[in-house]
Amino acid sequence: MKSLVEPAKWERFVWPALACALFLALWHFLVIWSGTKVFPSPHDVEEGVAELATKSLLSRYAGDSLRRVALGYGTAIALGIPIGLTLGWYPAANRVVNPVFQMLRFISPIAWIPVSILLFGVGDTTAIFLIFLAAFFPIVVACADGVSNVPVMYRQAGRNFGLSAGRLLRRVIFPAALPQIIIGLRIALGIAWLVVVAAEMIAVDSGLGYLVIDARNSGKRYDLVVAAMLMIGIIGLALDLLFRRLKDFKSVRWGFRDGA
Amino acid sequence: MPSFPVEQTKLSAEHIGMVFTRDGKSTNVLSDVNLTVGRGEFLCILGPSGCGKSTLLNTMAGFLSPSSGEVRIDGEVVRSPDPRRIFVFQERGVFPWLTVEGNVGFGLFRLSRAERAQRIAHYVQLVGLEGFEKAYPAELSGGMKQRLEVARALAVNPDMLFLDEPFGALDSITRLTMRRELLRIWEAEKNTIIFVTHDIDEAVQLADRVAVMTDRPATIQQIVEIDIPHPRDMGSPRYLELRHGIFDQLGLAHKV
Repeated sequence: MKSLVEPAKWERFVWPALACALFLALWHFLVIWSGTKVFPSPHDVEEGVAELATKSLLSRYAGDSLRRVALGYGTAIALGIPIGLTLGWYPAANRVVNPVFQMLRFISPIAWIPVSILLFGVGDTTAIFLIFLAAFFPIVVACADGVSNVPVMYRQAGRNFGLSAGRLLRRVIFPAALPQIIIGLRIALGIAWLVVVAAEMIAVDSGLGYLVIDARNSGKRYDLVVAAMLMIGIIGLALDLLFRRLKDFKSVRWGFRDGA
Repeated sequence: MPSFPVEQTKLSAEHIGMVFTRDGKSTNVLSDVNLTVGRGEFLCILGPSGCGKSTLLNTMAGFLSPSSGEVRIDGEVVRSPDPRRIFVFQERGVFPWLTVEGNVGFGLFRLSRAERAQRIAHYVQLVGLEGFEKAYPAELSGGMKQRLEVARALAVNPDMLFLDEPFGALDSITRLTMRRELLRIWEAEKNTIIFVTHDIDEAVQLADRVAVMTDRPATIQQIVEIDIPHPRDMGSPRYLELRHGIFDQLGLAHKV
C-alpha cells in the first residue's frame, strides 16, 4: 500500500534501523530473562561471527553457497527460459506437458534428495542439481505464462510490420513478457537460496547450510549456528535487493506497479 | 456508385460475410458487405458499438478471413496483413518497452542505420513529438501515445492505413486536435485511409465518404458523400444537413 505522504529521506533509514535495534534489544533481553544456557545472545553471535571471520570460514562458506546457487540457478535459467518461451509460444505443446510440469512443481526439492544422491552421489553435483530443480519449474512456468499473456494487439502489430517468427519472438513477445519473466526469476532465486541451505546440510561439507549443522553437531556451538543463520538471511536479502534493481530499467518498468 | 473512376479503386470488398461460431452457436456478424474505396480516399465506417465494423476492418487488414466473399487491394485478394497497409489500434498499441524513437523505427528493420535515423526524425517531427525521442510511452499523454502510433505506422510508408476508433480513449478536446492533425498528415502523405468510428461528428468532419452500417448482422446501409472542402466549418448549413441526414439514417432523435 502506498501512503499519501511520501516519507522524508531520513525516515527511510531511521525507522528500519530502529526496527533492527528493537529486534536486537528484544532478543538480548529475552536471552537474559529466560536464563537460557544454550541460546546465544546477540553479543555471543557477534563473537561467533568474528571467530568465523578470523578463520576466514565465513567468506569461504558463503562463497561456496553462492557458487552452488550460481551454477544451479544459472543452469535453470539457461534451460528454463528457452523451454518456457517455447511452451508459451506453442499453446498446444503447453497443454500436453503442463499437467506433468504442474505436478513436478509441487514436489519439494528436499524430497528429491535421495534420488539426487542416487544419481550424483554425495557431493557438489547433488547440491547443485537440487538448486536447479528448485529454480527450474518456477522459471518455466513464468516464461510460459508471460508469453501467453502478451496482448494479441502486440502480436498483430508485429505481424502487420512483416516480422518473421524469430524476429517477432525477439522484438515483441520476449520484451512484452519480460516483466513477468523477471518476477519468476526473482521468485526462483529466493527458492534457490532456501534450498541451498537444505542441500548443504545433507550432501556436502562446506557452505552456510553445512555450517549450521556442523556447528550444532560438533560441540553445540549455537552462537555459530545463529551466526550462520544471520548470514543466510543477510545474503538472501542482498540478492533480492540486487534483483529488485532490475525493475528500474525503463524497458521493463512499465510492467510493474509502483511499490511491490 | 463510387465517386471515382473504376481504375482508381484501391480496395474492394465483395459480398463479405462473417459468421463466428462459439459453443456450437453461430453468430452472423457481417452479411453481404460490398464496398469500394478509391486511391487516396478517406473513408469512415460509421455504426453503433458492436455492430461488426471492427470485424470488417480486421477482415480488410487481413487479420481475419471472411466466411464468404473476398477483399481485394490493388486487384489482389487479401490473405494476410502486410506492411504496405498498417492497422492503428487505440493508443494501447504502442510498445511500452520501446522509446518514442524505438517505436517509430520499429518497422524499419530493413533499412540502413542512417536511413532509419532519418526516417525516424522525419516522422517524429511530423507528429510533433520532437524532444520526446528518448521518452517511454508511460511518460506520454494519451494524445501523444496516439500520435506515436500514427508515426510508427506512417514511418514504413504504407499506402493504406486502417484506424480502429483511434481517438476513442481521448478526451473531447484532444480528439478535435487529433482529427485536425490526422487531416494535415493525410494531405501530406496521400494515403488511403479507412477509419472506423461510432462518432457521427468525427465521421462528418474527417471523411470524403461515410459508410453507414446497420446493426448485426451488419451490412452497409448507405454511403454518404461529404462534399464540403477542408477545413470544414462545423456550423455551416451543409455540415449540419449531412449530420442530420446520418442521424436519421441511424434512427436517432435530434434532441436530447
